[in-house]
Amino acid sequence: MIAPFLLRGLDRRACVFLVVILALGTFVPLLNLALPPASPFHVSTYGVALVGKYLCYALLALSVDLVWGYCGILSLGHGAFFALGGYAMGMHLMRQIGTRGVYGNPELPDFMVFLNWQELPWYWYGFDQFWFAALMVVLVPGILAFLVGWFAFRSRVTGVYLSIITQAVTFALMLAFFRNDMGFGGNNGMTDFKDILGFNVQAQGTRAALFFASAVALALGFLVASAIVNSRFGKVLIGVRDAESRARFLGYRVEYYKLFVFVLSAGMAGVAGALYVPQVGIINPSEFAPANSIEIVIWVAVGGRGTLVGAVIGAFLVNYAKTYLTGALPEIWLFALGGLFIAVTLFLPKGIVGLVAAMPLRRPKPAPPPEAVAVTPAQAAE
Amino acid sequence: MTTFSNSSVIPAKAGIQGRRSSGYPWMPAFAGMTLQVVHWCRAIRRIGIAHALIAVSAFISLAPAAHAADLPSLINALGQGSFADREKAIEALAATGDGRVALVLQALGDGDLYARKSDDAVFIVRKQGADLTLFDPVSNAEVATAAAGEIDRVKVNNRLRRAIEAALGSLTLMGPDPRVRRDAAEAVFKSRDPTAIAALDQALAAETDESVKAVLHQARAAALLGTDASEGDKLAAIAVIAGRGDRDALQLLQAVHDASAGPVQEAALVGVRSIERNLALWEAGQNVWYGLSLGSVLLLAAIGLAITFGVMGVINMAHGEMVMLGAYTTYVVQDVIRTSAPGLFDYSLAIALPLAFLVAGGVGLLIERGIIRWLYGRPLETLLATWGLSLVLQQAVRSIFGPSNREVGAPSWMSGAFEVGSLTVTYSRMWIIVFALIVFALLTLLLRKTGFGLHMRAVTQNRAMAGAMGIRTPWINALTFALGSGIAGIAGVALSQIDNVSPNLGQGYIIDSFMVVVFGGVGNLWGTLVGAATLGIVNKFLEPYAGAVLGKILVLVFIILFIQKRPRGLFALKGRAVEA
Repeated sequence: MIAPFLLRGLDRRACVFLVVILALGTFVPLLNLALPPASPFHVSTYGVALVGKYLCYALLALSVDLVWGYCGILSLGHGAFFALGGYAMGMHLMRQIGTRGVYGNPELPDFMVFLNWQELPWYWYGFDQFWFAALMVVLVPGILAFLVGWFAFRSRVTGVYLSIITQAVTFALMLAFFRNDMGFGGNNGMTDFKDILGFNVQAQGTRAALFFASAVALALGFLVASAIVNSRFGKVLIGVRDAESRARFLGYRVEYYKLFVFVLSAGMAGVAGALYVPQVGIINPSEFAPANSIEIVIWVAVGGRGTLVGAVIGAFLVNYAKTYLTGALPEIWLFALGGLFIAVTLFLPKGIVGLVAAMPLRRPKPAPPPEAVAVTPAQAAE
Repeated sequence: MTTFSNSSVIPAKAGIQGRRSSGYPWMPAFAGMTLQVVHWCRAIRRIGIAHALIAVSAFISLAPAAHAADLPSLINALGQGSFADREKAIEALAATGDGRVALVLQALGDGDLYARKSDDAVFIVRKQGADLTLFDPVSNAEVATAAAGEIDRVKVNNRLRRAIEAALGSLTLMGPDPRVRRDAAEAVFKSRDPTAIAALDQALAAETDESVKAVLHQARAAALLGTDASEGDKLAAIAVIAGRGDRDALQLLQAVHDASAGPVQEAALVGVRSIERNLALWEAGQNVWYGLSLGSVLLLAAIGLAITFGVMGVINMAHGEMVMLGAYTTYVVQDVIRTSAPGLFDYSLAIALPLAFLVAGGVGLLIERGIIRWLYGRPLETLLATWGLSLVLQQAVRSIFGPSNREVGAPSWMSGAFEVGSLTVTYSRMWIIVFALIVFALLTLLLRKTGFGLHMRAVTQNRAMAGAMGIRTPWINALTFALGSGIAGIAGVALSQIDNVSPNLGQGYIIDSFMVVVFGGVGNLWGTLVGAATLGIVNKFLEPYAGAVLGKILVLVFIILFIQKRPRGLFALKGRAVEA
């Protein structure tokens, strides 16, 4: 029953996309493992880790596109869901360290021993089991999203207000996680992970497997998202996005639609965070920084809001630019990022995917000058 | 012997330390009221401690000095014997009540008192060029010069230093400057030196200043409690000290309570209780004050945002950067003044205010004309674009001025503090509250009494209708945005006085300002005022119980819940539109 539902959303573009992602997920680890480092086609372990990180970001961008692109909820707090998923995974990995920590305490992670804690806090129970951690990866962000969404959507907090509220939530969480007595490692967060499911996290093979898992997760996330947006439910979501009051007056319980998609999206973000943490080897409270969450939104905007594929493309492009620029010209990066925010909102309201889609089919002329694109919405609004 | 070798190290240091804080030994013990101490320090520095002491000695030496004859021998006794002997000599000197002794004791504390090896005579030694010049300790006249080998420093240890300070305290009780007298009385209050009672009585008889008199009474009471005076006297003394009502009094009474028995102990307990009540009350007052102070800062940061958000429905994420631009304008103005016209420094803020308004307002106008007007009707995109702009502005400032904090000085009228009861009020905080209220009042006037304000309110309430009535809404948008940004700029001038001026200055305020706007509601400045003050006070009241961070989190949660009840804030505009 699920398979037909998932496959319903597949059009030609989606199929091509899925093939590309799965090919990436298969070949990059293969080229890393099978070829000798001297080969020109060899992918370095660093490269695997980097692209693996991008895959997680892409899943995160997908989750933001689902709520923003299709339901009009501009969440500036998705970084929090991502980080919460990451923390759930981090807690599991911390428990896996066992007696190999600096203090060799079988129960307590190092930072708790350091702070003279005597026993494990109750909210750490169960995280030694992988299945429990995996459940929490989805549940914790989901519950937070449910609470925030329940309160916000029910009282019809929309638009900019909602964005600010979500930003305040992630800001509050950041402040909370920076505290040492919260029991999440405070400032330093969690790091020094040893192994996952019995495999060494540093090992090449584990990295390759994590990379593949990320690609599969992204493909699955894409399938779910495109199935939803192409279903009847998705049509209502788009209706809510374009005219919320009208949808409500037509008899739809708008808040439940929004709540469902918001919680689902938060769960996706949590999964992305959980896959991200073992690949980068650290999770700390700066992941909650409001700036991070806004950056996710710009990935989506660059790629093309409300296209799903665009979100993934945007995540890859912007993050590649970030990796390159922060390495080569660190002074420039913030100018570039800031300029990107302005340029995309002014000149590329539909992102790269929108630009490509508009080019060959609709107009015989080559790409319209950017000013023309910018003026149209302004005129339309006035 | 160990103490000796120990103390031989200390005088070298004491020479430096002593000059900075000599005669005011309670300073370190007074950590809780650092500001007050700083204030005193400034006052003392202004007078010049040596100057004051000389004045004191001149004043007192007019009085007939019975002990004048044996003064030199008493002073010479300082140079001999053990530390215990020297302590006795200091007490004997203090007992003379002679003002000239103050100078000698001061020199002793500073490590400037030397004994000549040849005849054991004691001199005050000052370095003049390569030579050491000997001054007569009594007349302060130049006597001779000496080589370093011919004289020995009169060594002091911490015990002696305390004795010196106590003696100095009682000696300066008669000084001509009420501030010095008051400080001296405070010194006696803290040392609780029973031998000072006679000096205190003498000073009380001569004292004319009421506030100094009160402190003298308290000092006398404190000193009295250390003696074996009658029970009645002690009870009266406890009442006097309880009336003082601050932390020092509390400490003293607690010590008395622990050390005594019977009615005195009971009275001390009653005194402790009443002081604790009193202190709790002051603490609440202090929280309100701090809360108002924080609220005024929030008000300044948020009020411009409230205007732009109210009129245009646009959240300007670069608003914090406008505050930062204002702060940097202040820095530049002060920099120019420092290099070219140092005399104008006290006016630097007044000069910076209009400039900051123009700079930030001009940048705001550019932003509106260049970016925001293309995004009307798309508030979420505007949010993103202005966020990008804030990144660019931050990085631009970082590239120009560097990433580190820039120092913005405080003009003289903004530094320092005064006391209301046990509440320390710093001038900078007070002026910022006043300034925030002035800005608020001017803005309210502008909105209520001018044509521009009328148009702005019309656009806030119903953009389409206002446009239909002939109001040029794009023009109003541009001016409103410039106005909001300009106000952020002058907020930056104020905030440069209490916060670090760094490229990240604005980011610290942006979320708090949004909270104020969301909480207070848009379209009504009173909402912003009440919102800012409420959030400020609630924050400061939560802090002692929950800690600064948790307090902030609780406030955020509170606002999120509050939004449930009133989605449009405290002072929402009433209307019939489905989507306001």
